[in-house]
Amino acid sequence: MAKTLFDKIWDNHVVNTVEGGTAVLYIDRHFIHEVTSPQAFDGLASRNIPVFRTAQTIATADHNVPTVNQHLPISEPLSKFQVDKLIENCDKYGVSLYGLGHPYQGIVHVIGPELGITQPGMTIVCGDSHTSTHGAFGCIAFGIGTSQVEQVLASQCLLQLKPKQMRINVEGTLHQGVTAKDVILYIISKLTTSGGTGYFVEYAGSTIRNLSMEGRMTICNMSIEMGAKGGLIAPDEKTFDYVNGKKYAPKDAAFDQAVSYWKTLPTDEDASFDVEFTFQASDIMPMVTYGTNPGMGMGIRQSIPQPLDPANRNSFDKSLAYMGLQAGESLLGKEIQHVFIGSCTNSRMEDLRLVAEYVKGKQKAPHVKAMIVPGSKQVEAQVISEGLDLIFKTAGFDFREPGCSACLGMNEDKIPANEYCVSTSNRNFEGRQGPGARTILTSPLMAAAAAINGKIIDVSLD
Amino acid sequence: MEKFTLLQSTAVPLPIEDIDTDQIIPARFLKATTREGFGDNLFRDWRYQPDGSQKADFILNNPIYKGAILVAGRNFGCGSSREHAAWAIADYGFKAVVSSFFADIFKGNALNNGLLPVTVSDSFLNKIFEAIENDSNAGLEINLENQSISISNSSEVEYFEMDPYKKICLLNGYDDIDFLLSQKTIISTFEENNRYPFNPIN
Ligand code: SF4
Repeated sequence: MAKTLFDKIWDNHVVNTVEGGTAVLYIDRHFIHEVTSPQAFDGLASRNIPVFRTAQTIATADHNVPTVNQHLPISEPLSKFQVDKLIENCDKYGVSLYGLGHPYQGIVHVIGPELGITQPGMTIVCGDSHTSTHGAFGCIAFGIGTSQVEQVLASQCLLQLKPKQMRINVEGTLHQGVTAKDVILYIISKLTTSGGTGYFVEYAGSTIRNLSMEGRMTICNMSIEMGAKGGLIAPDEKTFDYVNGKKYAPKDAAFDQAVSYWKTLPTDEDASFDVEFTFQASDIMPMVTYGTNPGMGMGIRQSIPQPLDPANRNSFDKSLAYMGLQAGESLLGKEIQHVFIGSCTNSRMEDLRLVAEYVKGKQKAPHVKAMIVPGSKQVEAQVISEGLDLIFKTAGFDFREPGCSACLGMNEDKIPANEYCVSTSNRNFEGRQGPGARTILTSPLMAAAAAINGKIIDVSLD
Repeated sequence: MEKFTLLQSTAVPLPIEDIDTDQIIPARFLKATTREGFGDNLFRDWRYQPDGSQKADFILNNPIYKGAILVAGRNFGCGSSREHAAWAIADYGFKAVVSSFFADIFKGNALNNGLLPVTVSDSFLNKIFEAIENDSNAGLEINLENQSISISNSSEVEYFEMDPYKKICLLNGYDDIDFLLSQKTIISTFEENNRYPFNPIN
């Protein structure tokens, strides 16, 4: 029978099937971080059981960490306690930790791929919804809750019902100034924040195939923002080239053997999906969000729409009131106070090179606070070796040390109430970047342009 | 985990759509390393002013509405995978959440904590909101065995879907981990026979 990429990986990982079709699904890789793991380790301790497969478990500290002076002890006591707890648990249970000070530390979804831990055909989980990022390599990767973190630590398996499958095709060539981030914000604006709930999404089509691995990660990263369990893209030569030579990638003959296996994974031609959508790249403009969920997005030359569904009126009005915006308004020329370039969506080398190229020789607007937070220590080192940090500093940007930072404001990097922040992260929820903060999601290029101009501009005309 | 069989209670209505986990429990309250105490910060920024005083217009601050059932608008629990959202709702004292649509990860997290997510049709959800609006003492009855939810003092009843495995777990108070631990021999055999062939960290 014809199978999808998802079917092939899924079928290879079903250990057993229980009541009502629920599968015992084997997990190849388990990433953990400081915020969603302590209660899981406590659970193991109370049952007095070990971590079942330590060698498939990898930890980092990212959500809570400061992004300045990482060589000093963490000053915020609760953050310090949580990070110390992670160190203690990893030590006690024998889990490898890329913690603060380690040259591989970084946002969990940035370090997995750059270390070659993420590979095609795998099942990957983490107590974090943006685990979907790893799907860019052609694997089944999804976020889990802390009870499930405990289950995977205890058994390297999860109980899962097979989700429905959706394919989203994007065809054609993107306009100048339009990036992977705009593609995914566009898709979510069409399908809404719950349009993918219950589905695993395969992204396909010529536009997706032409994206770099970084761009594909940006796309898969935001699958969760339309409610999908995860997203994935068929592995191809670009994928193999990216993985090749990475620290934990298979080497020599083992790599060749791996590639021949990976080549069997893409969806069979006559395989079918529960639902399929096709979008044209030529319809996509640089995107901005105007509301408080990622589905509330529009092309930069459009105006904020009226609510389509009258039943949804309350939520829509509440959202615009929070943002201090009105239906019919355009965001072109909107003055902003903060720019945040970072997060697991857009903090990789390709993103930062693009920003550097744009801001080189320019100056940020005086009233804007602009922050660039690299996704990992390796990205930070690369930025410095290419001299991009100097370009950022000369342009007036604050180049920081790696972590989640203002993506969720668990550390000191918060946006003040009622101020606008153009952000390359993935969520514009109320209070996400700090109580009362107003987030406008864009691509790194749009964010860089907003910092320089002090207001939102259309980079496709720049 | 506590068993869940039958729940009769008044309900708290929250007719807002797309309530995300950052509203249920903001990230700055995720620094605890235990599962307890999150109820105090449930819906923190909707419930309290920055100075810590209560916002009078938020439903949890209105003494007329109480009970062990939270009834919320479509697409409840979207966003992050933080199980703290389910812990906060359960810790506050809710035993079930009713909506016409739940985000996947939230639903799973709720079930793993004995908090029952009940998915009803949009029209039934509206009937519940109307019933509570007319009388804040209107009760709901959720029967897990029959998979039914009814509005008391009316003939309104609807049947909800439920994963059969999860139903057994809730009715008996089992968690997944007990089951998975019982599978260890099968898992080890699977690893020997089917292991992903290129497993470099191991
Ligand atoms: S960068 Fe933001 S979205 Fe990504 S893992 Fe960190 S907190 Fe989550």
